[in-house]
This record gives sequence, structure tokens and C-alpha cells, in this order.
Amino acid sequence: MGKLMPLSGNYAVAYAAKAADVDVVAAYPITPQTAVVEKLAEFVANGELNAEFLHVESEHSALSAVVGASAAGARVFTATSSQGLLLMYEIMHIASTMRLPIVMGIATRAISAPINIWCDHSDFMAAADAGWIMFMAINAQEAHDLVITAYRIAEDPGVHIPVAVGYDGFIVSHTIEPVNVIEKEEALSYAPKRATWFILNPEKPITMGSLASPEWYYEFRVQLQKAIENSKEVISTAFREFRQHFGREYREADGYYTDDADVVLVTMGSITGTAISYAEEARKAGLKVGILNIRLFRPFPEEEVFKHIERAKVVAVIDRAINPGSSFVGPLYSEMVVTAFKRGLDVPIANYVIGLGGRAVLRSHLDLIVKHAHGLSGKKMRDIESHYTFVGVRE
Amino acid sequence: MSTFTIASIPKEELLAPGHRMCQGCGAAIVMRHLLKALGRNVIIAHATGCVEVTTTLYPETAWRVPWIHVAFENAAAVASGIEAALKSLKKKGFLSYEKRVKVVAIGGDGGTVDIGLQALSGMLERGHDVLYVLYDNEAYMNTGIQRSGATPLYAWTTTTPAGSVWRGEWRRKKDIIGIVKAHGVPYVATVNFAYISDFYTKLRKAAEIEGPTFIHAYSPCVPGWRYEPHLTVKIAKLAVQTGIWVNYEIEKGVFRVTTPVPKRLPVEEYLKAQGRFAHLTKEEVEAIQKLVDEDIEYINKIAGATLIGPVEKK
Amino acid sequence: MASLPGWRDLPRGATILEPGSSIRYKTANWRVLKPVIDQEKCVRCRICWTYCPEPAILELDEPYTTKSGRTFKVTYTVDYDYCKGCGVCAEECPVKAITMVEEVR
Repeated sequence: MGKLMPLSGNYAVAYAAKAADVDVVAAYPITPQTAVVEKLAEFVANGELNAEFLHVESEHSALSAVVGASAAGARVFTATSSQGLLLMYEIMHIASTMRLPIVMGIATRAISAPINIWCDHSDFMAAADAGWIMFMAINAQEAHDLVITAYRIAEDPGVHIPVAVGYDGFIVSHTIEPVNVIEKEEALSYAPKRATWFILNPEKPITMGSLASPEWYYEFRVQLQKAIENSKEVISTAFREFRQHFGREYREADGYYTDDADVVLVTMGSITGTAISYAEEARKAGLKVGILNIRLFRPFPEEEVFKHIERAKVVAVIDRAINPGSSFVGPLYSEMVVTAFKRGLDVPIANYVIGLGGRAVLRSHLDLIVKHAHGLSGKKMRDIESHYTFVGVRE
Repeated sequence: MSTFTIASIPKEELLAPGHRMCQGCGAAIVMRHLLKALGRNVIIAHATGCVEVTTTLYPETAWRVPWIHVAFENAAAVASGIEAALKSLKKKGFLSYEKRVKVVAIGGDGGTVDIGLQALSGMLERGHDVLYVLYDNEAYMNTGIQRSGATPLYAWTTTTPAGSVWRGEWRRKKDIIGIVKAHGVPYVATVNFAYISDFYTKLRKAAEIEGPTFIHAYSPCVPGWRYEPHLTVKIAKLAVQTGIWVNYEIEKGVFRVTTPVPKRLPVEEYLKAQGRFAHLTKEEVEAIQKLVDEDIEYINKIAGATLIGPVEKK
Repeated sequence: MASLPGWRDLPRGATILEPGSSIRYKTANWRVLKPVIDQEKCVRCRICWTYCPEPAILELDEPYTTKSGRTFKVTYTVDYDYCKGCGVCAEECPVKAITMVEEVR
């Protein structure tokens, strides 16, 4: 059994990378991720973690360096937020199509301009198109556990896709919570190191990152799509094995009181904690609200998600990022609408944007949202005037 | 100490033919001999550019050594990661081999002095055991001859054409050796394949020394510099004979000119051989000659002797 | 197109597993002129082999005796599968043993 320690989300992530016995760490500090980098440097400095620590000069070089290290057969780790994630974005696509099992922590933060160091999901969502497997943790324990699970998934011979674990900037990254810390031996028994991907080795020279003309490129993109779809099975297995090893059970998406909910509130990240607390109160007051927490964002777990919304009268999707000018506005909203529409679910689905730039998300806001959503029951999607609402903004 | 001669060049071809480099490509000659000099036990991190594109057109690769291309500006960062991985895996007993494997980063002038400068600086500053080879064809050749920070004065490129307002490139070549040297690395050198023994000696030295080390390789480009393909080696030789290119090394701060030129040819011989300088007026040629003379004076000063002599008209 | 492998059979990430597979692509048809080595004149200095960018000059362990009685242990021949006809070999040969002739195809 692991040791119970009071850790911030950042430290929990650092402890996870340490337990996974990473070989190379290359990361650039950016608020609110900095403590991860500092803690890992401390581990290496003390000899607690036997890894090469690269003091890279930018996030772009951080991800480039771990791409190189992974291609040479090492287990790697990096972490970033916001502007740093965007700077890495070019290489994120390359990492996934080169099928390297890189693991990255994202302390989610708003994107400039104006510059804002506080929590929202803009950076996480902006990177979601890069072909990575992406998780969102609710709290420090999850952040810790998901990083270790990430290695089990990424390095699986049937997967070989990089994995990002997001956790709310400041709210999770900095709040100290009790974390059951996994030890190295257990972590390595759950996620053993086996370099099964293509590796640069002078005894077997290969060429990685070639130029593929129109006659060839398409097939490699299809490979990635098929691989990320098939990874759902490995993710399920990885979660099952995690429970067997550590006793904590994770699912791609969890429902709280969704069986008989009139309004299902869909959340990601720390808002889920607030939402569950709110739901317990609301239920006592007679409001039949359910909470659907999305833990796996890519590949989007449509089947699990649908199970929790198929009986709802209204689905209220909370987004902590927007895609300006899009038909959906909130990226999680787009996933929910498509998931529902594909399966013929004909209930109103509304989008509630909240908490941008770290603005507080309170239970009173959730209450407003649920009551507003409740008012949409019985309506057809085409009869709803505006499908999205900005909650908590000054008009 | 045995002297390296043309007879000493290893026979094994680590760059396979069938690549798409132009007829007479200078970079091809650089790559072929770079690989021969370093041998099989290398891992190459290569930036986007002429050589990368023409040698790895899927499903064909001209490389017979392990090789990776990631993006344009990060060869040095990728190489840093590879070097760190090898170090870490060796420490943990995970490497399947005992021998020393040298990590080599290769980039063109675009991927090194411009877009790749940050990553290069980071790699040098962190002190990785990596050899960085810059093959300099003095413009962004792969995308069609656009100027780079390494484009020399008055050279025609598609983004610095010669017309009535512009006279080709108006800025001087970026002093990449100076930039690299400023990082305090143990070894930097310039090489020119027309002087093949010097080329091999320096490449091997740069690989042997625990890095970071840097080699600046002169790389003539047939379509970009506008000359007939059979003249590649001639032009490479002219570059040294006119003092436009000086073969030197800086080893632990000690500056050494390795190819002395007792009597220099006038720079006009070099310029008139290339179409990219065809628009030059007499005054412009004289201006270039003056700048070369100043550079040579400075080089002789720091070398402590007149290793590159005065211009002697033919 | 039908004969090219599909996504299921290709190695992941566009990785090329066979080193030096570019030998499958014969660049012979790039040529307009082709080099011809006069074995009688050739002094086996190795310069053409050194400077060929492809490489398309082969150094063969084939002894050769010229008509004038000089014996050499090696022979240099052009690999016409890959020679692009750049002419660097002819230009650099110190004894002018290589001539560039128009290729008739």
C-alpha cells in the first residue's frame, strides 16, 4: 500500500513521474506548472530519481527533446500549461504521428491575450486535435494515478500514442490534498518498462520522420485514428489492472445520480467536485440532477457517456473554454451533441460556459445552470434560441 | 601521427545512392564524407531541409545509420533528448550495446542560424555530448533559394533579388562560429570538402571530443548559386583560395588556421564563377574584396601569423 | 496505386525499416551526359570516387594492367544505375581520363 502524503496536484504529478522511474525529463517552467519541474529537479538532485534532467530553453525544445529521448527508447516526461502548450503544439502532432509513448502533464490555464495565469481549459482543448490520448483529473490523487496509468497505456504495444493528463491550474495544481503515493516497485510492476516501439539503434538502423508524398501520407493518418480508437480497449484494461494493483477504480466517464436524473450536468476537472457536492444538496431539495464527469476526453468515450445521458430530460454541458465563432462554442458541448445526435437522443442539450480565466465556479452558479436547463425540458433543439450561455460574466 | 590522405577514406558507403539531391550537389558530398568520417556508431537528428527531404522520401531512405527528423527548428533539441536518453539508459543498464554511440545533429543554414538558433543555443549551453554539423549552402535552398541569415553580401536569392532598388542581399553573413564559440564549447571548426584530409581530421576530432562540438561545412548549391554542376569542387576550392572561406578550428580557445593560403586569388575569381553574383558592379566586387581583406587581416591577427597571404592577381 | 500497401501493413509513423532502401530508385534517367572512364589513362588516384555526390563511382578490387604495362590493384567504374551525369568526376580527374559524352537512349 502506498504512503499517504499531503501533496499539491503538481507534486502528486512529480511523485508519479518519479514512481514510473522516468529516464529523461525535459520541461520548462510556466505558471501554474512550475512546481512539477522544481520537484522533479529536487528528486534528481537528491538521487531519488535516476533520470537525465534537461534544462531546456523553451517548451518547444522540451517536447522536441522528449521526442528524441523516446525515439532512443527512454521513458520520458514533460509538463506545461497554456502558452507553453501552444508553443509545443507543432511537435505534439509530430509526437502522435510518430507514435511515441510520451507522457505529459498539463496544469490547465487560460491562454493569452490578455495574459492570465489562472485556471480554465483553453490550453487543454486547443491541444485536443493533436492526436494525443487525453485525460482530465478531478483532484491531486487522480492526477497522480492518471500519470502512472498513462505509461501503462502509452507504452502498450497495441497503442504507442502519447498521453496527456490535464489537471486544473491552481485549483488542483496548488491545493494540497491527501494523496496515496504509489511507490516505484508497484508502479513498475503495473507499468513495466518495455521499449516495444521503433527505436534508434545503430545495430538496427531505421529512418524516422520521413517525407511522405500524397501516395503515402493518408495511410499514416488513418493508422493514428484506428490506433486511438482501439486504445479505448487498452484504456479499459489499464483501469481494471489499476484497480487490481492499487484498489482505486477509474472509469472513462462517471455518473453520479444519473440513473434517474432530469437534468444531467456534464463537467470536467475540479468543477466535478463542486458539482457532486451541489448535486447532493439539490437532490435533498427535490431537484433530480445528475452529474456526468468526463475523465477521458480523447478518444472521446461516447458509449460510456451516452449511458449517463440517455434517460435525461435535459443535458447541461459545462465548458471552461470556448472556440469562438464555432457552431458549438464549447468544445465539450460539441462532443456531447455529436454523441447524442449519433444515437438519436432527441432532448435539449445546452452549453454553459463558466470559469474562464480562473473566475470562481460556485454552487450557486451550478444551481442557476441546472434551473435554467430545467426550463428547457420538453423543447426541441431547433426551438431553442441560444444554445449557449455565458455564466458569471458581467454584461 | 599518421597523416590522413585520400587513400585513408573508408570504403563503406553509409549514404546510399538513389537519393534525390541535385546533380553535383555540394551537400551530398558533405553528407557522404561526414558519414564515412564518423562511421556506423552514430544516431543522427536532422532538421528539415534539402538533405532531409531528398534522402528520406518514403519508403526510401539513403541513410544506413539510425536517423530521425522531427521538425525544422529543433535538430539540436532532439539530439539533446537522444543524448540524454543514451546516458540514462546506459546508467540503468538498459542499452543493448557497450560501444560509444555519438549523437550528431545536422542542419542546414536555415535550420541552424535562423529558425534553429534557439535550440542550438540551448544544446550548447547545456553541454550535451553532441556534434552539430551545419551544412551551409547560404540560403533556404529546399524551399527555392530564399535568403537566410547565412546568405553572403550581394548574393541574389529569390527574396533578395537584384534590381534597381535592391542589389541582392545587403547584410553580411551571420557569424555562427562566433555565436557558437560564445557558448564556451570545447571545439568548433570550419571544413571544406575540397580539402578532404582536413575535413576528415576535423570531423573525427569533433566526434571524439566530448561535446558539444560544432562543424561548419561549406556546401555549394548548383541551382541556388547558379553554376554548372561539374564545378562544385572547383568552387569549393576557389572559396578557400580567395579567402572567402577559411578552414580553421578553435580547440579549447586556441585558434588555428588549418589550410594556409600563401597567395590569395582575387575574390572576383570566386564571384564571377557563380550566377548569383552576376549582377555585381566593379565597385561592389571591390567592396567585397575590401571586406575579405579586413576579415583575413583579423584572422591572421588572432592566429598570430600571416597564414592567409595577400591577394596576388593571376 | 492498387499495388501499394494499405494502412494495415505499413510500419507505424512512416518509419523506414530498411536502411539504404533508396537504392531501389535508379536515378539514371536524370542524365543528359554520361561519364566514360578511360582505364588506360586512369591512375587510380581515387579523386572521382571521392567527389561523386551519389555515390555512383564504384571502387572495385579488380586488378588492371594498362597497355603500357602499369598494373593497378583497383578499378574505378561508373555505376550507371545512379550516375546523374553531373560531371564533377570528369572535372576533377587530374589526368583527364574521364570524358562526358552525350547519352543516347
